[in-house]
Amino acid sequence: MENNLLSLLIWLPILGGVLVIAIGNHRANTVRWVSLGVSILVFVISLNLYTSFDNTTHLMQFMEKTIWISQFNINYHLGVDGISMPLIILTTFSTILVIIAGWEVIKNTVAHYMAAFLIMEGLIIGVFSALDAILFYAFWEASLIPMLLIIGVWGGDRRIYAAVKFFLYTFLGSVFMLVSLIYMYNKGGSFSILNMHNLHLSATQQAWIFWAFFVAFAVKVPMFPLHTWLPDAHVQAPTGGSVILAAIMLKMGGYGFFRFSLPITPDAALEFSNVVIVLSLIAIVYIGFVALVQKDMKKLIAYSSISHMGFVTLGVFALFLAYKPDSIEAALLGLEGAMVQMISHGFISAAMFLVVGVLYDRLHSRQILTYGGVVNSMPKFTGFAVLFAMANAGLPGTSGFVGEFMVILGALQANVWYGVLAATTLIIGAAYTLWMVKRVFWGRITNQAVATLNDINGREFLILSILALAVLIVGIYPQPVIEVMHSSVQHLLQQALTSKL
Amino acid sequence: MENIYLILVLSPLIGAIIAGFFGPLLGRTAVHSITILGVLISTVLAFYVFNHHVLEQGEVFNQNIYTWMQIGNLDVSVGFLVDNLSAIMLLVVSFVSLMVHIYTIGYMADDAGYIKFFSYISLFTFAMFMLVIANNFMQLFFGWEAVGLVSYLLIGFWHHKESATEASLKAFLVNRVGDFGFLLGIGLVFSFSGSLDYSAVFSSLDNALNQQLWGLDLITVICLLLFIGAMGKSAQVPLHVWLPGSMEGPTPISALIHAATMVTAGIFMVSRMSPMFELSDIALTVVMVVGAITALFMGLLGIVQNDIKKVVAYSTLSQLGYMTVALGVSAYSVAIFHLLTHAFFKALLFLCAGSVIVALHHQQDIQKMGGLRKKMPITYWSALVGTLALIGFPGFSGFYSKDMIIEAVNFSQLPYANWVHYAVVAGVFITAFYSLRMFFIVFHGKSRIPPDSAKHLHESPLSITFPLVVLAIPSAIVGYFIIEPILFNGWLEGAITVAPNHTSMTELSHRFQSASAMIFHAVQTPPFWMMIGGIIAAWVFSLYKTQWADWMVQKFRPIYYILESLYGFDRLNEIVFVGTVKKLGNLLWRVSDVGLIDKILVNSSANLIGVIGSVVRKIQTGYVYHYAFFMIFSLLIILTWTLFAGDSPLLEF
Repeated sequence: MENNLLSLLIWLPILGGVLVIAIGNHRANTVRWVSLGVSILVFVISLNLYTSFDNTTHLMQFMEKTIWISQFNINYHLGVDGISMPLIILTTFSTILVIIAGWEVIKNTVAHYMAAFLIMEGLIIGVFSALDAILFYAFWEASLIPMLLIIGVWGGDRRIYAAVKFFLYTFLGSVFMLVSLIYMYNKGGSFSILNMHNLHLSATQQAWIFWAFFVAFAVKVPMFPLHTWLPDAHVQAPTGGSVILAAIMLKMGGYGFFRFSLPITPDAALEFSNVVIVLSLIAIVYIGFVALVQKDMKKLIAYSSISHMGFVTLGVFALFLAYKPDSIEAALLGLEGAMVQMISHGFISAAMFLVVGVLYDRLHSRQILTYGGVVNSMPKFTGFAVLFAMANAGLPGTSGFVGEFMVILGALQANVWYGVLAATTLIIGAAYTLWMVKRVFWGRITNQAVATLNDINGREFLILSILALAVLIVGIYPQPVIEVMHSSVQHLLQQALTSKL
Repeated sequence: MENIYLILVLSPLIGAIIAGFFGPLLGRTAVHSITILGVLISTVLAFYVFNHHVLEQGEVFNQNIYTWMQIGNLDVSVGFLVDNLSAIMLLVVSFVSLMVHIYTIGYMADDAGYIKFFSYISLFTFAMFMLVIANNFMQLFFGWEAVGLVSYLLIGFWHHKESATEASLKAFLVNRVGDFGFLLGIGLVFSFSGSLDYSAVFSSLDNALNQQLWGLDLITVICLLLFIGAMGKSAQVPLHVWLPGSMEGPTPISALIHAATMVTAGIFMVSRMSPMFELSDIALTVVMVVGAITALFMGLLGIVQNDIKKVVAYSTLSQLGYMTVALGVSAYSVAIFHLLTHAFFKALLFLCAGSVIVALHHQQDIQKMGGLRKKMPITYWSALVGTLALIGFPGFSGFYSKDMIIEAVNFSQLPYANWVHYAVVAGVFITAFYSLRMFFIVFHGKSRIPPDSAKHLHESPLSITFPLVVLAIPSAIVGYFIIEPILFNGWLEGAITVAPNHTSMTELSHRFQSASAMIFHAVQTPPFWMMIGGIIAAWVFSLYKTQWADWMVQKFRPIYYILESLYGFDRLNEIVFVGTVKKLGNLLWRVSDVGLIDKILVNSSANLIGVIGSVVRKIQTGYVYHYAFFMIFSLLIILTWTLFAGDSPLLEF
C-alpha cells in the first residue's frame, strides 16, 4: 500500500469514473453515492501523504518507477515533495465538494458528469505526481479532455465557443512545452524531470526552453496577456467546472513554474524575471480594475482569480531580486507565499464560485443587477458569502491574507515599487469584492424573485461550512501548511540560484 | 499570568461565537447574559492586570503564544506584549465595552438583529484586545483589520438602508487606503530589521539610520507610511470621510467603535511606535500638522450640523486631531491621557445622544427636540457632565488632558508649532460653541417635539441610564486623579520613548504643580476664556437670540456653504476617485481586454488559421500528377540542401 499510494490515488478515481459510467445515467442516485464514496475514499487515502510525509527532506517521497516505453527510456515514474503534496490534497478535497455541489443541480446524464470529475481528479493527481516528463505531458493534456466536456456539455449558452477557446488556448501552450521536453531528451537522453534539473544548458538554450515553458504555464495560470480564455470558460462552465478550473487547473500552471522553469532554466529565469514580474503586476493591478466594472458575477470572480494568481507568479520570480546572501528569508517569503496563495486561492475561488452557483441554481442569472437584498431572504447564505468575500479581499484571519502578505513582504524586498503596486490589491481587491457584495446581498429587495428565495439547504450549508473552516484554519494557523513545503522550497531556492553556465 | 491574559482576550470571543452560532437557539436573555459575562470577565481581569502592571509595577510580559509562520529565521507568532500601555488600553476598552453591552439591552430591545448585534460587539472587543496586546506587526495588522471588519458589519447593520450599506462600503475602502500605507510600512520595517517583532525591530533601529528611500530617510518613510494607516483608522484629514458616514450604524457602536476605542487605534499605534517616530522630525511635523488641521477644521463642521450624532461625530474627529497633535509634539503620554478621558466622555455623550434618540423614536434632528431637561433628568445631567468634560471645563477630566496638549504644543520646537498652537487654542472656542449649541438646543428652550411623541416621552430604562451614570463619574473626575501618575509619575514609563531633544514633556513636568493648582491657574490662560466665549456664543445663538443665527447664515452665505458641503471632500472623492476608477476599469476592459487582446489577437489568429486553411485546401486538388510533382520538387530541394550544406541540423537526431 505504502509504495503504491500515488498510483492508487491516480487510478482509483479513474476506475471509479469508469464504474460510474457503467452504472449508467438512469440510476442517478446510485451514481451520486458511488461518486461521493469514491471521492471521499480518495481524499482519505490522500491524507496518508500528509500524515506519513517526511518534511525534513526535499527528496521525492512515495516514489514509484516502472518502465513504460523502454525504446525512448520513458518510465512510469511517480513521486511527491513538499510542493506537489499539498496540491494533491487540494485536488482530492475539491473533488468531494464539486460532487456534492452537483448533487441535485445536474439532473440529466449524471453518470457522465460525475465520471468526468472523477477521471479528471485522477489525471490531475497524475500531473502533480509525475516525475517523468512524458508521463507528465500525457496527464497534462489528458486532463483537458474532461474539462472540455464539462464546459461543452453542461455549460451555458455559448459553451461551445468557450470550450473550444479553452482547449485551443491551453493546447497551443502545451505544444511548446512538448517541444522543449523532447529537445532536452535529445540533449540528456532521459525524460526524468529530476535529471532535467541537472541538465547542463547554455544561456541561449535556457532562454528558448524558458519561453516555451512560459507560454505553456502562463496560459494555464493564466497570466496577462494570455488570460482571455478564462473569463469565457468560467462564465460558460457549470459551477462544478468553474470550481475545479479555478481551484486546481490554474495551479497546474503555477506548479509548472516551480517544477520546471526555476530548476531547469535558472539563468533564463533570472534574466527574464523582470518581464514576468511586470506581467504579474499588470495582472494584479490592471485586472483588478477590469474586475471592478464587471456586471456578471462569474466574470468578476474570474478576473479576480487572474489578479490573485498574479501573486503566485510575482512571488516566484521576485526571489532573484529579493535574495540576499546573508538572509534568504525574503526570497523564501515570495516562494512560500506563492505556494500558500495557490492553496488559499483554491479554497476561496472554489467558495466564491459555489456562492454564485447557489444563486444561479435559484434564479438562473449571473447578473449582479438581478439581485439586491439577498440577505433578507437568505441570511445564513449571506453570512458565508461575506466571509468568503472578506477572504477574497485578503482579510487577516482568513487564508487570503497569508499568501498576499508573504508575497508583498517578499516583493518589497526585491523592489519597493513591486511591493507598492502589489499592495494596491488591498484597495482594489476590497473594492470589487465588497461592491459586489453590497449590490447583491445588502439593501432592499428590488426584484420580487429575490424575496421568494429559500435559504441554503443542508447540502449547500455543508459544502460552504467545510470551505469556511478551511479558509479560517489556514488563515489563523498557516504554519502546518508552510512546514510541509519548507524543505522542498528551500531546495528549490538553491536550485534557482545556482547558475548552470 | 499567561492564562490570565488568554482568558481576558478570549472570553469575549467565546461569547461572540456562542451568540453568533447558537444565539437563535438560546434566546435573547441568554445571549446578552453570556456576552456580558464574557466582557465582564475581561473587565475584571483588566483591572487586575492594570493593578499588577501599572500600580504594582509588575514585570513586562512579552511572550509568544503560538508560531503563526516560521520561514528560515523569520518567526512570526501570535504573542502578547503586556506593559503599562497595553494594560491601560485593555482597561479602557473592556470598561467601555462592558458599559456599551449593558446599554445595548435597552437600546436594541425592539430590533430584530438583537442577537447578531451582541455577537458583533463581543467580536469587536476581542479584535480590539488583539490589537492592543500584540507584540508584533502581523498581529497588530490582524487586529487592525479585524476591528475594521466589525466596524463594516456594524455600520451596515441596518442593511435595508441604502445609506447604511453605502457608508459601510466607504468606511471599509477608506480604511483600506490607510491599510495600504500601513502594510507597506510594515514591509519596510521588515526590510531593515528582518523581523516583525516589536522588541527585535526597536533594537535594530540602528540598521535603518543611514538608509535612504525616495529621497528621505528610510525611517521617515516608514513612519509616514505607518501614519497613513493611523490616518485611516483614526480618521485624520483627508481620510476622515468615512467617520461621519459611520453614524449610520446603531448608536451603541458609535460610542464603542467610532468614538472610544477603534478610532483611537491609530493614536495607540503611533504611541507604540514612539521609538521610531522619535527618530524623524519630518514625520512628527507631518503628524502634528495633520492633527491640527483635523482638530480645527472638523470642529468647524460640528457647528453647522443638525443631526445629533453627526455633531458628536465631528467632535470626535476634532478630538482625534488633538490627540494626533499631541503625538506630533512627542507628548505620547498626553495623547494616551486624552485618549483615555475622551473614551469616557465621548462614549458618554454618544450614549446620551442614543438615549434621546430612543426616547424620540429615532428622531435625530436636533431642531425637532428641545426642552428635554425636565423629561429626561438622568440623561440631561449625564450629558452636562460629558459636555463639560469635552469642552475642558476646569476640573473635569477633559480639561486636564486638553490643557496638557495645548501646553505641550506651546513647548514644542518643531517647525509650524506656533501655528498649530493657534489652531488648538481656537479649537477650544469651537468645541465649546458646537457642544453647548447642541446641548442647549436639545435640552433647553422650548420643546419642538410633535405632540404625539411628546405625550409618551419619558426617561430611558435602567439598562440605558445605568451606563450613563457609570460613565459620567470617570468623565468628571478621572483626569484630576490620574494626571500626575500618567504624565509625570511613570505609568507609561518603559512603554514610550521620547528623544532627549524633544523637550515638551520635560518642560511640562517642570511647570506642573498639582491637579488642583491647574484649576486656579486656568483662569489666567487664553483657552479658558476661549471656552467661556464659546459657551456664551452658543447661548446667544441657540437660546437667547436664535434669529441671529439665521442672520449669520445669510450674511456669511459662502462660508456656510463651504461648511455645509463639508469642504467638498465627498464630492471630490465621488468625482475623482469613484468616477475615474470606474471609467478606467471600463476602458481597460472594453478597449484593451476585450477589444485588443481578445478580438484582435486571439480571435484574429483563429481567423488567420482559417484563412490559411482555405488556401492550403486548394493544394489538395486530388490529381495524382499534382502530388507527384510536389514530391519530386521537394525531394530535389532536400537533396540539394543535404549535399551542399554538409551536416544538416535536420538530421542531427
